[in-house]
Amino acid sequence: MISMPRSFAVCTVLLFGLCAGAQAEIKSGDNPESSVVWQKVRASLFQSRPIAAATDDVISLEVPVRAEDAAIVPIAIKTRFPQTSARYVDKLYLIIDNNPSPISAVFQFTPLSGQADIETRVRIDEYTHVRAIAETNDGQLHMTTRFLKASGGCSAPPGKDAQAALATLGRMKFRVEGETAGTTSGSKPVLAQLMISHPNNSGLAMDQMTRLFTPAHFVRQVRITFGGQLVMSADVDFSISENPNFRFYFLPRGEAELKAEVVDSNDLKFSSALKYRRPD
Amino acid sequence: MAGVPFRWPRCLALAVTSALLCGPGGAAAQGTNNVAPLAVTQVKPGVFVHLGALEDWAAANGGDVANLGFVVGSRCVAVIDTGGTPAVGQALRAAVEVATPLPVCYVVNTHAHPDHMLGSVAFVATNQSAPRFVASAGFARTLAARAPYYLNALQRDFGITLPPAAIVYPTLGVEKSLDIDLGDRVLTLRAWPTAHTDNDLSVYDQRTRTLFASDLLFVRHVPVLDGNLRGWISAMAELKQLDVAMLVPGHGPVSSDWPAVGDAQADYLNALLRDTRAAIKDRLTIQQAVDRIGVPPGSQWLLTDRFHRRNVTAAFAELEWEDDVPPRPAAPSPAGSSAQPARTTGG
Repeated sequence: MISMPRSFAVCTVLLFGLCAGAQAEIKSGDNPESSVVWQKVRASLFQSRPIAAATDDVISLEVPVRAEDAAIVPIAIKTRFPQTSARYVDKLYLIIDNNPSPISAVFQFTPLSGQADIETRVRIDEYTHVRAIAETNDGQLHMTTRFLKASGGCSAPPGKDAQAALATLGRMKFRVEGETAGTTSGSKPVLAQLMISHPNNSGLAMDQMTRLFTPAHFVRQVRITFGGQLVMSADVDFSISENPNFRFYFLPRGEAELKAEVVDSNDLKFSSALKYRRPD
Repeated sequence: MAGVPFRWPRCLALAVTSALLCGPGGAAAQGTNNVAPLAVTQVKPGVFVHLGALEDWAAANGGDVANLGFVVGSRCVAVIDTGGTPAVGQALRAAVEVATPLPVCYVVNTHAHPDHMLGSVAFVATNQSAPRFVASAGFARTLAARAPYYLNALQRDFGITLPPAAIVYPTLGVEKSLDIDLGDRVLTLRAWPTAHTDNDLSVYDQRTRTLFASDLLFVRHVPVLDGNLRGWISAMAELKQLDVAMLVPGHGPVSSDWPAVGDAQADYLNALLRDTRAAIKDRLTIQQAVDRIGVPPGSQWLLTDRFHRRNVTAAFAELEWEDDVPPRPAAPSPAGSSAQPARTTGG
């Protein structure tokens, strides 16, 4: 065999080592608790803490039945109660068992988030369980799980035009979508959307023979503040689609600056800000 | 890529043979001489076409879903796309051998999708002088990023285990355009800016005015967007200018009714552009757009259940950046126009 760098070999094992014996199980989506990857992730993130099955009054996870385009799969995690200082979602974990890096995102929220909802788009490498786990401020964990079918043959997780993606690296579009039907009276959470032009390369794909290699280069942290106070932060990786997109809420008080600060895996920093005051 | 000397590993022939033995269609596993040749039609003198099934790339059809072809000159043969598994490639090679004793001197890959190129390996293990493998300059990079997923899908969905070495990379990359001479017959290869994919390549036979449009043109099989919607619409407008007597699409029947045969695809892509732009303007989310934008009424496309939602997804992710650059009066910035994002062409 042709030799290859050790790191790539490890990645390949992570990516496709699971194909060998368990193809039927991969496609069925049965027994989400028995997923070997999940058991490892659970042990590393939550040790032996109890994780309740989330009921609909806590969180829901919206994913399509099938990844139509493996590179761009819209997902939404919705919490079912408002963020108050008495009770709020502190963290949301997004786990995609059969992606090369299963811990795909860890979102942090505050009472200023208003509503701890998040929408984004992910890559889906393989038939997989997708999990959203909410950690509330009292330390309780609630998990909801969906099974997602992989896309067909000619769709693949890497982006569609690597050169175009690099050409606009770091450009951002940041806007306030406006109020929606929130659950608090008087001051409803306001929805905002952040778009970041970035190839979000995994660095995993390399051909042994040609040595063609796109190095890992991805957004790793997003931090949103309003008037200097944290609204939402996200530790993310290349499970997030090319041109990362996040939709989230904040609770505006008076007029202030809504600011997004982004750091990528090469320690490049990008930021975007806008003034916002709730319309009277 | 281009001009780099290339050596096939000794293990390859063995690996490919064993892969074929593992796959479906046992008859194809006996070596080239005993392989049943793929059904081909001579659509113009010396121009042979195999029509793939109008289905998704799947085990049920043996991965035989893309149109394939070959063109015979006085000196040698050019193969244009090789099929969705090594077995399909073997059967295509057998069809070439039935049609002509001349050697294959070029294997052209029109883009890096598995249903079009996984048969290329069948043309490697030959005792004759090896053919040159030709593709768009962007092909190798895209294939390198995707090959692990193709191999995984082959194993998962077809039960075919292939070594990475069975993925064939071009030995000659086309930046913009290249003429290849088959002996008294010249094929013009043209690499396109991102359209169906970021590595589309069309093939035009000057003698018979036959255009192998690759997946730049779908007929009956709904178009599949894996590149850039606006780029694809532009490419179609340019394609239309060509003088074509026989059109071979990437999927669907051949046609002499050019350029009218492309009208249905142009309508579909333009509707996708219009409806997706409207959804973005209405501030729909990508999921809402996917749920709401249907196939234009009255259209006759096959496989819309499989591909239309995907097309909306890809179109939305592209077009949501469209109004990106705010107007900057008195600042001439040709590269900054959002209507045509700066994009290097031809790799």
